[in-house]
Amino acid sequence: MSAAPAAAAVRAAEGKPDLAHSGIRIDGVTVAYDRNIVLDSLDLTVEPGEVMALLGPSGSGKTTALRAVAGFVRPVAGRVFLGDRDVTDLPPHRRGIGMVVQQYALFPHMRVDENVAFGLRARKAPKARIPEQVAEALEMTGMAGYARRYPRELSGGQQQRVAIARALAIRPGVLLLDEPLSALDARLRSGMLAELARLHRELPDVSILHVTHDQVEALTLADRIAVMDQARLRDCGTPQELYRRPRTEFTASFVGNANLLPVTVTDEGVDLAGRTLRMPTGEAAAGAGATLCIRPHLIGLGDGPNALRGEVVEIQWQGATHRLHVDIGGHRLKADLRELKQPPAIGDTVTLHFAAQDAVLLGSGVGDG
Amino acid sequence: MLVHSRKGRWAAWAVFFVLFLPLFALPLLVIVAASFSTSWSGAFPSGPTGGHYAAATRGESLEALTTSLVTAVTASLLALTVGSWAALAAANLKKRGKAVLDALFVLPVAVPSVVVGLAVLVAFSQPPFLLNGTRWIVILAHTLLVTAFAYQSVSAALTRLDPAFEQAAASLGARPGHVLRRVKLPLLLPSLNAAAGLCFALSMGELSATMMLYPPDWMPLPVQIYTATDRGALFTGSAVAVVLMGSTLLVLLAVSRIRTRASYR
Repeated sequence: MSAAPAAAAVRAAEGKPDLAHSGIRIDGVTVAYDRNIVLDSLDLTVEPGEVMALLGPSGSGKTTALRAVAGFVRPVAGRVFLGDRDVTDLPPHRRGIGMVVQQYALFPHMRVDENVAFGLRARKAPKARIPEQVAEALEMTGMAGYARRYPRELSGGQQQRVAIARALAIRPGVLLLDEPLSALDARLRSGMLAELARLHRELPDVSILHVTHDQVEALTLADRIAVMDQARLRDCGTPQELYRRPRTEFTASFVGNANLLPVTVTDEGVDLAGRTLRMPTGEAAAGAGATLCIRPHLIGLGDGPNALRGEVVEIQWQGATHRLHVDIGGHRLKADLRELKQPPAIGDTVTLHFAAQDAVLLGSGVGDG
Repeated sequence: MLVHSRKGRWAAWAVFFVLFLPLFALPLLVIVAASFSTSWSGAFPSGPTGGHYAAATRGESLEALTTSLVTAVTASLLALTVGSWAALAAANLKKRGKAVLDALFVLPVAVPSVVVGLAVLVAFSQPPFLLNGTRWIVILAHTLLVTAFAYQSVSAALTRLDPAFEQAAASLGARPGHVLRRVKLPLLLPSLNAAAGLCFALSMGELSATMMLYPPDWMPLPVQIYTATDRGALFTGSAVAVVLMGSTLLVLLAVSRIRTRASYR
């Protein structure tokens, strides 16, 4: 056992990430406050070098999962592994993780370079090498010119970059990001999104657990997405899988805001409020109830296969698109249409259509097809 | 300002002067006036002199001033250490434990200081804790009285301190001791500063408990003022009081000038 930490120290001294500590395994972790379960037996593995997004609404347990990995909450059951190490009983300062939080938490009484050096000093890194490592971390996040500033002299986006540099300076095998972009405005956010993607390409060995409620962030950055709701893991897969073939209604509506319509399976396809839509139904038996999932932007205006007629109840101009809310036999259907020259008025009857292969059937007795 | 109309603003100032001046400023001004006079039989004092100050800044009075300063500084530092330590410990306790500690530290403030003085006197007049007759019994009583304020202000600052700082530091590999030294204490420094000033001012003015405890060779300034006025030397007493007021304000001013990097937030 004694060889492993020594090797890790050598790797850290060489400035290489700690491979033995890369990768996260969350094994049946349950967290409860006063019998109130906030995380219910979560199983999740993040491979070395993988970016995993934990996506979910507030209160879904995603931040709790991250805090359990960081060591700020103690699970009542289950184990947490970083690499091959069981860290469940280790305090946060002995876990060797990098963490970036929403409110940055830069130390206000230290300059930028002191902030970045904090982790290195705390871990008693060789003094002579600290300035070099600090400069490298600041270089990586494009903050090299701000080393002597105080955090209060920086903008929100700059503070966030320093927070990332501070977390990366200790060369963690695991990087935890807790809603890192949600305090930034929309323009800065998309800039930082590209920046995070670049950082990840430059640090291919670091496992990243990225907690977010923003599906764009998750779809853009993650190799895989874990969708959480009400303290449980609902779905886990690559962004493409979750977006194109969601397995649960929650995933379908939370990732990409899909239309969910209750249908009945028939011999030719499905029945939606008396209209027959032709589509493959897999192994579902005729007469079974199911949910039809279709993305708003995959719906077209005009006649076609699987046409649906209904009354426009609301129309929103969103610049590049018009969003139509159409009442189909008592069910509301959202359709995003490329900006219309002559948009319909509220109360007009319109015909919408979609291609059978763009729709997904969810629900009891429905196979993955 | 919250009052927007011009008339309203004038009214607010008028109320301020009518209430504030007679209640707060005038009595202090009267003491200053008295300290420069030899008699006060009419509406205004008469017989201007600087002689009382000569008496108030040498001999017995100077000794009393030193006594007061040493007592106040020692008691404040002790109170700050004990109070901060207790507040830091209390922050990690569960709700009930913290409530107990809060109540414990508010006791010396809730109980009249005469009672505190008597309690200390009774408790420390017998061996093995024989402090009666030494300066330490005065310093101990002062510490006891002002620790409550140190505890409360550090406790309040700790609840305002974002736990994200501590967690960020821990995630970077800092042990709890390192986090305390390098992150928490520097961030608490503005509150520690304010608490030190408050403790010092309270200790400088403490009379009732001190009266029951002071040994002949350790007479703080308030006691000196009391005995002077008690034997009829009202104007000399006033001069000593002005010296007490001035030195306290000077120290408070100096403490408030200590600006910390954290306070620039």
